[in-house]
Amino acid sequence: MPRVTFTRNLQRHVACPPCEVAGGTVREVLDAAFALYPVARGYVLDERGEVRTHMILFVDGQAISDRRALSDTVPEHGEVFVMQALSGG
Amino acid sequence: MSDRLLVSTRKGLFTVGRKGPGAWSIERVSFLGDNVSLALADPRDGTWYAALDHGHFGVKLQRSDDQGATWEEIAVPEYPAPPEGAAEEKDWMGRTIPWKLIRIWALETGGADQPGLIWAGTLPGGLFKSTDRGATWSMARALWDDPRRIKWAGGGADYAGLHSICVDPRNSDHLAVAVSTGGVWATEDGGATWELRGQGLRAEYVPPEDTYNPLNQDVHRLVQCAAAPDRFWIQHHNGVFRSDDGARTFSEITNVPPAVFGFAVAVHPEHPDTAWFVPSTKDEKRIPVDGKVVVARTRDGAKSFDVLCHGLPQDHAYDLTLRHALDIDASGDRLAFGSSTGSLWVTEDGGDHWSSISNHLPPVYAVRFVK
Repeated sequence: MPRVTFTRNLQRHVACPPCEVAGGTVREVLDAAFALYPVARGYVLDERGEVRTHMILFVDGQAISDRRALSDTVPEHGEVFVMQALSGG
Repeated sequence: MSDRLLVSTRKGLFTVGRKGPGAWSIERVSFLGDNVSLALADPRDGTWYAALDHGHFGVKLQRSDDQGATWEEIAVPEYPAPPEGAAEEKDWMGRTIPWKLIRIWALETGGADQPGLIWAGTLPGGLFKSTDRGATWSMARALWDDPRRIKWAGGGADYAGLHSICVDPRNSDHLAVAVSTGGVWATEDGGATWELRGQGLRAEYVPPEDTYNPLNQDVHRLVQCAAAPDRFWIQHHNGVFRSDDGARTFSEITNVPPAVFGFAVAVHPEHPDTAWFVPSTKDEKRIPVDGKVVVARTRDGAKSFDVLCHGLPQDHAYDLTLRHALDIDASGDRLAFGSSTGSLWVTEDGGDHWSSISNHLPPVYAVRFVK
């Protein structure tokens, strides 16, 4: 199953340790992760379900291309990293 | 009289308490390191609310049932989805107006007869209501859907923001709100329908034909006198204005010393002719005139003003007081204001004498008495 890791900076606000969840797209994987950590959803995605302006998501080291629908594919053993983008720093 | 202040700053929420005459000190720091844009203490049930802006992680709301000892995260206002297939909204500068929460810029309680009802003003230009102490929120759609809203524009931020909400103590369904920039709007049916008010407001920064257009007015702060609710005071981008008819018409006040520019205004809860301002050198500089921090007070409806400076720095002081950083308590004797350079002052005699609480706080965004 894909593995999701949230930036350590988010842990200060919401406990969301790395997790392994099912899913074949970023949307499916994140939905599964947010089922475990519901409060974390609003810290990563906005009310449209899109990636917040100054957040960035990587799948196996590549920044995702679809920040709105989150349709990028996640391999069976893919690593999803949820990070802060330097743009907001 | 209020003995406590909530001070929202760039790096946390400070609870300040009175220890004796003129002696106030910090009792507690909540959310240390986090950007707290606004706080509210609800006098009806004792609940405290704090709006946080986590930058990357977005805007959050926290609620405390024990005067700040513990907090729990609650829901934030969420913008509705734009109509299916609709073109993106553009402001007059061609920027897309996001239907997303960017900032909580006003937090007010509903009327005394509306326990648990909270209003929130937001950026971009939204008004939201919660009837369950912030557990859920709904947008005042009639205001958002008014076609004139598209003419609102960014004042102090990229997008228009709703920063002042006045609930009429005579009728809780009567609200007046102010937008920077977008003028003064009022409802008399709890938000179902809205009227653009503010005739007489004057904007220096628009083409001449729009100078008196109520829609173009950059109201920095709107306040209402509790005992005489038809009296409103405005600190505007280029002046000070007074209304005696429920914000329908305003007259301009040009004699505020040492300047008519500023962000904050407070009105006495019982005496509508008494109001305070924190003037600055006008918009291109935004620093105290001659490096002296002063408060301007009128007690005769703006016929005349006192310049209050006892206890305030008068030499190379560059403190700027933002729109929510001046407050008055229910007695009308105690006022407090903070600055963008981390100073905080309090008076217990209507401004004749001021005491410094700190000069080393993070930038102060909002000051609120616990009433």
